[in-house]
Amino acid sequence: MNAIFILWSRQLKRYFRSKARIIGSIGQPLLYLLALGFGFGSIYQRAGEGNYIQLLVPGIISMSILFTAIFSGIEIIWDRQFGFLKETLVAPVSRFEIMIGRTLGGATVATLQGTIVFVISFLTGFKTFNITLLPLAFVFMFLIALLFTAFGTAIASVLQDMQGFQLIMNFLIMPIFFLSGALFPTNDLPKVMNSIVRINPLSYGVDGLRGTLINMTHFGLMTDFLVLSIACIVLIALGGYLFDKIQI
Amino acid sequence: MENQDNNIIEVKNLTKKFGDFVAVDDISFNVKKGEIFGFLGPNGAGKTTTIKILTTLLKSTRGEIMLNGYDVTKDQHKVRSSFGIVFQDPSLDDELTAYENMEFHGMLYKVPKETLKRRIEQLLRIVELWDRKNDFVKYFSGGMKRRLEIARGLLHHPKILFLDEPTLGLDPQTRSHIWNYIKNLNKEEDVTVFFTTHYMDEAEKVSDIIAIIDKGKIVAQGKSSELENKTKTKSLEEAFLALTGRDIRDSEVDGKEQMRMRHRVFHR
Repeated sequence: MNAIFILWSRQLKRYFRSKARIIGSIGQPLLYLLALGFGFGSIYQRAGEGNYIQLLVPGIISMSILFTAIFSGIEIIWDRQFGFLKETLVAPVSRFEIMIGRTLGGATVATLQGTIVFVISFLTGFKTFNITLLPLAFVFMFLIALLFTAFGTAIASVLQDMQGFQLIMNFLIMPIFFLSGALFPTNDLPKVMNSIVRINPLSYGVDGLRGTLINMTHFGLMTDFLVLSIACIVLIALGGYLFDKIQI
Repeated sequence: MENQDNNIIEVKNLTKKFGDFVAVDDISFNVKKGEIFGFLGPNGAGKTTTIKILTTLLKSTRGEIMLNGYDVTKDQHKVRSSFGIVFQDPSLDDELTAYENMEFHGMLYKVPKETLKRRIEQLLRIVELWDRKNDFVKYFSGGMKRRLEIARGLLHHPKILFLDEPTLGLDPQTRSHIWNYIKNLNKEEDVTVFFTTHYMDEAEKVSDIIAIIDKGKIVAQGKSSELENKTKTKSLEEAFLALTGRDIRDSEVDGKEQMRMRHRVFHR
């Protein structure tokens, strides 16, 4: 327990100390929100679909959580290069505990980052439909964060250095984001697209957030919750397994 | 006086290959409980690889290793509870302060709170970093980082202490302080010390037994005086040179290491 706590708190300390990182990672979601939200807003309205910002905000929150979480997981590669990873790997603590501590820390950081974007989104005119559902929205945010931190950990456990990172980014992370329905409504999609969205776990996170924030859900909140939870368990198990196999 | 059970480290036929390159070639040796064991060899001889395998960071290709009575591959958790290590290359968290790095280590190793506080102060004073305890490690010089690293490695008192070139690049004063602390630990708490160094005078002075490894094989083992007698030389340094030759092997191994790194980018 102690080990989990100290690894968790290390992730948080690192996050709060790097102001540049906090500000930097707000920039991108904000840009998406402003450019897409106001750029496509009027066309979306004319198509009779209502307010695009409303649809977009849950997607952008998911995006900022996705990227922060993956980066938190990937930090293992930095720790490997700076040598700190060794320090934790030889400690008399099970590697699963280490992995859980790091992952919870990364997930907490990603949730915080999502919360910042959420708060900022009110400035663009975003409105939630039912405040009592907010705690549930945070549950979904944390699940997305946990899922993708564990995913980042799994990836980082098999990479030796940052050279493979660009590949992962372009062929895995960006598709997960763009093909999740974060930027568009998921009803009435072409067949192929629809199937891709359905096998993408992030889609259920975006959908869960839309359900709790703007009362619009495609899969149903229960399905969203179950799919995300199961995906979390699978990826934590996988991340734990791969982390345990690390050799230096 | 037990004979067999006295060994705290037992290595039998240990081999480690990276692709075709044999880093450690069928070595066997024992270290007795309470001994200070010097593991010497030229650059790239296989010292660090051996330590990594002994400390569960790397898996051997072949061989059997018992540490404190536990199998290194099967009983990793118990093995990890038995030793402490000071690595050759940096392993600090730059984004934390010196004190936080110490605290982190102490909590991972479950050092009781009061003991932890006392020892952190004592050790940081020994390595003369107590004044800088609240500074971020990223602002430290190389020597300061090295000193912090050693202080951290000595924080919990394990059964076996691995020191991989611990005093490299430190001034004689600090080296002497650190070795006094280690020798004291060895005497008072019966901590077995397994260390590598390139300072022959240091090895001669502090070690009970010395093993010399070259090109992945152990070429000699014994007391410093025994090695000198065997090679008919007058100092450990001369004995070392007589046993390992005068070639410099740094560059060749660096190339191998680079290849290994490139090779391992996607190793699964």
